[in-house]
Amino acid sequence: MNEDALLVVRDLAVRFNGRRGAVHAVNGVSFTLGRGRSLGIVGESGCGKSQTCLAIMGLLAESAECSGSILFEGDEILGARRRRLDELRGQRLSLVFQDPMTALTPHRTIGQQLCEIVQQHESTTHADARRRAIEIMDRVRIPDAERRFDMYPFEFSGGMRQRVVIAAALIQRPALVVADEPTTALDVTVQAEVLRTFKAVVEHAGTSLILVTHDLGVVAGTCDEVMVMYAGRVVEHADVISLFSKPQHPYTQALLACRPDLDAAHTARMYTIEGRPPDLARGEPAGCSFEPRCAHATQACRTSRPPLEARSPTHRVACHLSPPAES
Amino acid sequence: MNQQLLDAVAGDSLTRAAWQRFRANRTAVAGLVMLGFIALFAIAGSWISPHDMETNDWERIQIPPTFEQSHWFGTDANGRDLFVRVSAGARISLAIGMLTTLVSVLIGVLYGAVAGFVGGKLDQFMMRIVDVLYALPLFFAIIVLVTIFGRNIFLVFIAIGAVEWLTIARIVRGQTLSVKQMEFVEAARSLGAPQSRIIARHVIPNVLGPVIVFSTLLIPTVILVESFLSFLGLGVQEPQTSWGSLISQGAGAIDTSPWLLVIPAAFLAATMFAFNFIGDGLRDALDPKDEG
Repeated sequence: MNEDALLVVRDLAVRFNGRRGAVHAVNGVSFTLGRGRSLGIVGESGCGKSQTCLAIMGLLAESAECSGSILFEGDEILGARRRRLDELRGQRLSLVFQDPMTALTPHRTIGQQLCEIVQQHESTTHADARRRAIEIMDRVRIPDAERRFDMYPFEFSGGMRQRVVIAAALIQRPALVVADEPTTALDVTVQAEVLRTFKAVVEHAGTSLILVTHDLGVVAGTCDEVMVMYAGRVVEHADVISLFSKPQHPYTQALLACRPDLDAAHTARMYTIEGRPPDLARGEPAGCSFEPRCAHATQACRTSRPPLEARSPTHRVACHLSPPAES
Repeated sequence: MNQQLLDAVAGDSLTRAAWQRFRANRTAVAGLVMLGFIALFAIAGSWISPHDMETNDWERIQIPPTFEQSHWFGTDANGRDLFVRVSAGARISLAIGMLTTLVSVLIGVLYGAVAGFVGGKLDQFMMRIVDVLYALPLFFAIIVLVTIFGRNIFLVFIAIGAVEWLTIARIVRGQTLSVKQMEFVEAARSLGAPQSRIIARHVIPNVLGPVIVFSTLLIPTVILVESFLSFLGLGVQEPQTSWGSLISQGAGAIDTSPWLLVIPAAFLAATMFAFNFIGDGLRDALDPKDEG
């Protein structure tokens, strides 16, 4: 196993027991993330991306049942005590929220909210906390940080607020930042700028990153590795170059084909994947979950679930059709 | 207009925005001014007048309001100056109203926020206690307390406070249930804030709006309850006085000297109006739907 693995997830499963029966939101997810590496998780809504992130943060809802193991710097996160989690969160691992409009407390200034994070993790003077807050605000390119330190969230634009949320997540220089669609709520023109800053700060601090997104373009520009999820399972996990150049799983290929092509004739219809993801409350099918929507499905796909197998040292796929690694 | 626009852009807090909305509300401002005068009267009344609330002026018993001898509000059946007595009564009534409300707010906010935020069994347990206490009849409880422990202003104060915090606890719990669903609570948790700090820094500031409004409406209620108790003879003891006891004494002499009833009653009514106007104004000013 990787020596400097920061995060090791093994057989993570998250289940919600609802009135209609159990919903398996995440099933048998395993992956390893090295220090300073960045991993993109993509997939459509309800495929288990966000629940995986929340499990890593130890923030799953109380109604969730989970099994498996999440080792972060050698510490087990699943089932850890709340006090231990409070120490870790914000200090060693932190989360960037999707919607900057709601992720900041409306009645307290930006400065108070940033300093609070410093002061709850270490005993330091207020002046020192303030200095560090302004430093991180500068780093995420909030202009005029000194003055904005005393302003309230409602006086910030969406993009600026998201920078504050990012600053809050990074102020203690954690080893891992989990970002759950950090730019989806922003204006398209602002997205790129915020993302660029985010990436620069993360790289500068040597922080590992897990980035959850719908946007394959964002992943291509930001991440070292990509993990594609479908119906609660990992279907393909590869380094970013081989995933984009040689996608193996039909679902990944379909996702890539869905991207709008600027060169295509404007009369050409955009490609879409027919059908819908399976209802996770109905229990898993015996075969591959993607089989009903897959253009290449065979009899084997209906009857047995393909395991996630390595095709090369950096490429894992769960599909009966993709060729095994050449040995 | 331009200045207003600049203020809005530079506006440095939600409080200021709320204050601007409050200022635009004429009745609320009138209530505030009225309350200011009453408070001034309570503080400075016994200073302005040459008289003393306990001294009897045997020459002038139960005289109507007059400038002669500076008995501006007249004197009561014992020849004591009414102006000074109404001022002293104002001090007691306002103090009871505000202190009791303050204590109720402190207990109620903390209790409600903890119950709502922690939730589950603890919430059920805490709120059932509130339900049980709610079922106690207030006046009956006070009368029993007074009979057992004797007449004491602190008893009145504790008894009213013990009942009024219940409503605040319910309001705050309800608000907390909705605030704790908000993302910034989750965000604070994801950055390592312990539960106690989340309650203190992220939940309570966001539920204070309705509490402030309720408090301004609670103060007159408490004053009224105290007046009622004093009217029944269960409140403050002579020579101390409150608006309730003054009204009670005045009511006895309504045929011969109506000013003994009318003047303290007018002060009480004016205070009720003032607080209610302020409460209404605050409710409009703090309504988050108006923000933005």
